[in-house]
Parts: sequence; C-alpha cells; structure tokens
Amino acid sequence: MADFYFQTSQLTVGYDGKPLIRDITIDIAKGEIVTLIGPNGAGKSTILKSITRQLKAIGGTVVLDGQSLSGLSYKELATRMAVVLTERMKPELMTCRDIVATGRYPYTGRLGLLTRRDEEKVSEAMKIVHALELAHRDFNAVSDGQRQRILLARAICQEPEIIILDEPTSYLDIRHKLELLSILRSMAKEKGITVIMSLHEIDLAQKISDKILCVKGDTIGSCGTPEEVFDEEKIRQLYDIAEGYFDPCFGSIELPRPRGNPEILVLSSCGSGIGVYRRLQKENVPFCAGILYTNDLDYRLARLLASEVITERPFHEISDAAFDRAMEKVRACRCVIDAGCEIGPCNRRMQDILDAAKGLGKLQTDCRK
Amino acid sequence: MEQENLHTYRSTALYCVVFIALLAALFVITVLNINIGSVPISVGEIVRILLHKEGNPTQVSIIWKIRLPRILMAALLGGALSLSGFLLQTFFANPIAGPFVLGISSGAKMVVALSMIYFIGAFGAVSSWTLIIAAFVGSLLSVGFILIMSRRLKGMAVLLVAGIMIGYICSAITDFVVTFAEDSDIVNLHGWSLGSFSGMSWDNVRIAAILVGVTTLAVFLLSKPIGAYQLGEAYAQSMGVNIRVFRVALIVLSSILSACVTAFAGPISFVGIAVPYLVKRLLNTSKPIVVIPAVFLGGAVFCMGCDLIARTAFAPTELNISTVTSVFGAPVVIGMMLRRNKER
Repeated sequence: MADFYFQTSQLTVGYDGKPLIRDITIDIAKGEIVTLIGPNGAGKSTILKSITRQLKAIGGTVVLDGQSLSGLSYKELATRMAVVLTERMKPELMTCRDIVATGRYPYTGRLGLLTRRDEEKVSEAMKIVHALELAHRDFNAVSDGQRQRILLARAICQEPEIIILDEPTSYLDIRHKLELLSILRSMAKEKGITVIMSLHEIDLAQKISDKILCVKGDTIGSCGTPEEVFDEEKIRQLYDIAEGYFDPCFGSIELPRPRGNPEILVLSSCGSGIGVYRRLQKENVPFCAGILYTNDLDYRLARLLASEVITERPFHEISDAAFDRAMEKVRACRCVIDAGCEIGPCNRRMQDILDAAKGLGKLQTDCRK
Repeated sequence: MEQENLHTYRSTALYCVVFIALLAALFVITVLNINIGSVPISVGEIVRILLHKEGNPTQVSIIWKIRLPRILMAALLGGALSLSGFLLQTFFANPIAGPFVLGISSGAKMVVALSMIYFIGAFGAVSSWTLIIAAFVGSLLSVGFILIMSRRLKGMAVLLVAGIMIGYICSAITDFVVTFAEDSDIVNLHGWSLGSFSGMSWDNVRIAAILVGVTTLAVFLLSKPIGAYQLGEAYAQSMGVNIRVFRVALIVLSSILSACVTAFAGPISFVGIAVPYLVKRLLNTSKPIVVIPAVFLGGAVFCMGCDLIARTAFAPTELNISTVTSVFGAPVVIGMMLRRNKER
C-alpha cells in the first residue's frame, strides 16, 4: 500500500460537527487524476475543503505521502499542496503576475521578496497556461476564463505535489476547458503531480480522470475507473435524471425522446441518421429507426432518441423478424425517411424496404442533412 | 525576462518618487508647523534654536515645550491611525473599514472617559499608561462586537451600520457620564473627547513613540502574511499562513495602534480610511511591504497638515482635529465609494 500518495480512510466531513458525508475511503497513486462528480450541493466542495484543511474533518484520517494531514504544519502543507478555489478573489490593484507570484509564498523569506529564481518560476508557470500576455493586466479586469488560468498558474508556481481544484472549468469556454484539462493531464503524467478536482462536465470527467468518485447522499456512491463508474444506470441515479439520457460510451447527455406513437421511420446506417434523429427530436416528432446493426454508430443514438429501434446482430443478414417489423412500420408510419443507407451483401433486404416505401409514396430522401 | 525587468524598474521608480514626495511633504509641513502660530518664528530662528540651542528664550520654550511635542505627536498618531485603518481594511477585506467608522475609536473613548473619571475621582490623577490600557480594552470591546456581527451578517453595508451603531451607543454613554461627572478636569475631558493634539508633553511623546514604533515594526514584519491574506482566507491558508494566529495578531496590532491614538488625542475621523486609499492609488499597488511604510508616512503628513489648519485657521480659537480631518477625509471616502461603484 506504500505506493499510494494520497489516502483517506473512514473520513467523515461536514459543517459545524454535523456529518454530511461519511466513511470516505480512497487511495490515490502519485500522478493520478481523480474527479469528484455529483449533483450540486452533494458535498463535493465540502470534501475538497476537508482534504485541504480549510474545514476540520469530523472523523477519519487523511494521509499525504505517508504523513497524517493534521500532523503537517500549514507551511509544510503549502509546499506540497496547491489549490484553485471557487471563492471569488477580489484583490486590490494587483496585476495577474502579482497573483501568480503569490504562489511562491512558501519559498520566500521573512519579507516575501522574490528572488530572480522565483521570478523565473513565475514566468514559467504563466507560460504553461499561455497567460504571459496577461502579466501586467489588472487581475480584476480580465475575463473569468483568463482569471481561472491565472489561478492555475499560481498553483503551478507553488510547485506542489498535489493540486486540488474546485470546479476549475466553470466559466470557461470549450477551448479553454480543453486547454486547462490538457495542462492538468500533462502535469499529472509528466511531472507526477496528483490532481484531485470536482467537475460538472461528466463527459470531460470521463475523458480525463483515472478515477471517478460519485458524491451523493451521505456516503460515496461509487468509486472506480471511469469504465466502472460510467454505467448508464449509475449516472442516471447519481444525478436523478429521469427524463434525459446518458451515453456512457461518449459521455454525452441527451434530452428525453419525443413521446407517442412513431410517425416516421428513419432508415439509415453508419452515422447517416444522427442529423435526422436530432432534428426530429427538436421538432418533437416521435419516430422509429431501423434496421440498425447493434454496432452501428446510429444505433447508439437511436436507442436513446427513437421510440423503437429495429435491430439486427452485427454482420448478419437481416432476419425475417426484423424485416417484417420494418415493413409493418413502413405501413404504419406516415412517412419514411431515407437518410442514406450503405447497402451491401448482408443488408440487401434494406433495398426491398426502401422500394416498398417508395411504392406507397411515403419515401423521402433527407435533403436537409 | 527583459520586459519583466522593465516593469520592475518602472514600479520601483514610482515607489521611490512617492516616498521622496512624502518625505519632502513631511519636512515642509514640519517646518511650517514650527513656523506658524500665535508667535511666528522665522525659519532662520528655527534652525538656530533647534541646532545651536540658542535664541530668544520665549521662542525656545514655545518650540521645545509646545510646538515640537505637538508636531511629533501628530506625526506619530497620524501614522498609527492610518496603519490601523489599513490593517482593519485587510482584515475585513473592505476598504471602508477603519477605527472610526467601525466604532472602535468610540469604544476606546468610552472606556477612557470612564476610567478618567474614576481615577481622577479616586486618586486625583491618571497616568498615560492607564489611559492607553483603557483605550485598548475599549477598542477590543468594539472589535469583538463587530466580529460577532460580521460572522452573522455579511456585506460591507451591514458592517458599516453595525460600526456606526456601536459608535453612537459608546458616544451616548460617554456624553452621559461627562454630563454628570463633577470634576474640574471635565473641561479637559470634554476637549479631549472631541479630538485634539494640543497639550502634549514630552512624556506623552516618549510613550507614544515606543508603542507606535514597536507596533509598526511588528506590522511591517507581518507584511508577507498580510499580502497572502489579501487574496482571501482560504488562499492564505493554502499558502501556509496560520489563519487563527494571524487574525488575532492583526486585531491586536490594529487595536494597539488606534488605542494609542484615542488615549492621547481622542477620536479622529476618516484618516484611517482616506489615507490608505490615497496611498495605494499613488503607489498603484497594494503590496504591503511598500504600502505599510507609505501609509504611515502619509498618515503623519495628513494629520500634521490637518493639525496646522486646526491650530491656525481661526486662531486664537482652535478647531477640533476631527473637524479638519473630516473636511478633507470625507470627500475622499465619498469619491472612493463612487469609483468602486463604477468599477463594478
């Protein structure tokens, strides 16, 4: 067990002695990225505050590199752990560079004067987050996204072994989100810095994390690798999503499917149906989709959005059952959309379905694709 | 790195200019203060009296016994008051915090008045140290009350209202006891309770110099954690500041400073807010290591200037020092609030 860098055992956290979440036991190796996910108000920040010692733990222990967290002095802790918080900072007359430079605090002398080496570290950290051009701007005058990058630079500059970030991607646009996460990724993998953070974007959490911690209720719901945790049912339970849907494969969230009897049959394959599905959903038209191989790209979305999906096992010829069901739908629906089907030896019966739809005058090719 | 050096160079140059200007102002105001009065003394005379210890005996005694201690006291207490304001603003993360608006001066005034009446009644005299300790206790009482309020109520406006209320309560109690106290020293007490630098002795100067000097040095040595605290409590802690100890230190130091002022000169308004604000704008930074000495100097200059006006504007009638500091300080504070509103 000695190779775990950060461990908690039986940790209970909460405010004013009232436990909010009990028995948190996690083991994190050096250089791992661990993400806390869960609904608002579930206690993600409370956990992060407790492991950064802003909040006194109610029970249990936190061990950092073999040493108990409560046994470390604030100063020792500062050379190992850096934080990026959600708390809004309102410094007066400070440039972005001044803010980054505060990260050197644990290393400067009595009066906090920066040496040449400290100055270099500051520039280096600002370069890593691509914020050199912000150096002399007033911190209060830069955008939220820029501010977040400056705060990350501040944390980097502190040369920690572990960085704790509370929702670092809020306020960021998609490009800066990706940039921030890839900086974290490379710090974790190249420099062996351990990262613990909370994220709202579960798709990003899935892609960046080595471990995921689901926070809900009074204990940790589930904890493990993204593959283990990102189960459709688990995520729906975690966020109490009754209506929307979640695809664990891509981490994407879908709005609920239109209700009612299918009015339209969409015929497609290999991703050609996705645009049509989305459009029909936005127009709130219930539809069915077919005949899709269960490994087809369209199938992944159709199963979330379509009222019914007519499926076939991959690389098999279309069975009578599937064919009959599809023909039934051709007759029942008011319209059949051909979103573009690649037809080969296995699925040549698709042609028969298309012909039948044409014969009934119901076939439309999707020209808005 | 090149560009960095240029920026560092520029800000260092600005700091130097500001400090030189403050020192020059200090010098000029000191000379003016010695020079102007009911008995004008020319600059040549001043040099002769101060350096060669010779000249007209009346003038010698005016300078040594009246004007010089008063000037030094105005400088020391002005600096102390401004620094106390700066510390409170850091503590509450609120630029409008200051010993006067938060009711800290009034609390000190109340306890000082009570102990003056008691000690003069019982022993016929009261020592400077007793007054300072009384003022310190009064300051801590008010701060404690403000702290309890600020735990429950967040926001600048609420804090201010709480402070002003404390101020009123303490002033009411002070007025009450002053009205009903039967003592010849009440005249003295009444003048003091409105704020004045008059009647300072060398003894007072010595005590104030020691207290203010040591406290200011301690504050200066705390400039590193003060800088960290400016980013907020949570960040300061993550940088290695022991928040509990630091908060106590901040409160105690600022209370000693404002207690010292109140004990000797009574409550003085607006200096604690206006001076730190102006000095930070001048220096274009809030880095404590530069701001702390500059705030002290700035406060000294400001109070000496105000005292000069208080003394001479309607001579022989002397104005309360607070009257003058309000005239100059209040507009600065109003300007500050307008500007902050615009920035938001």
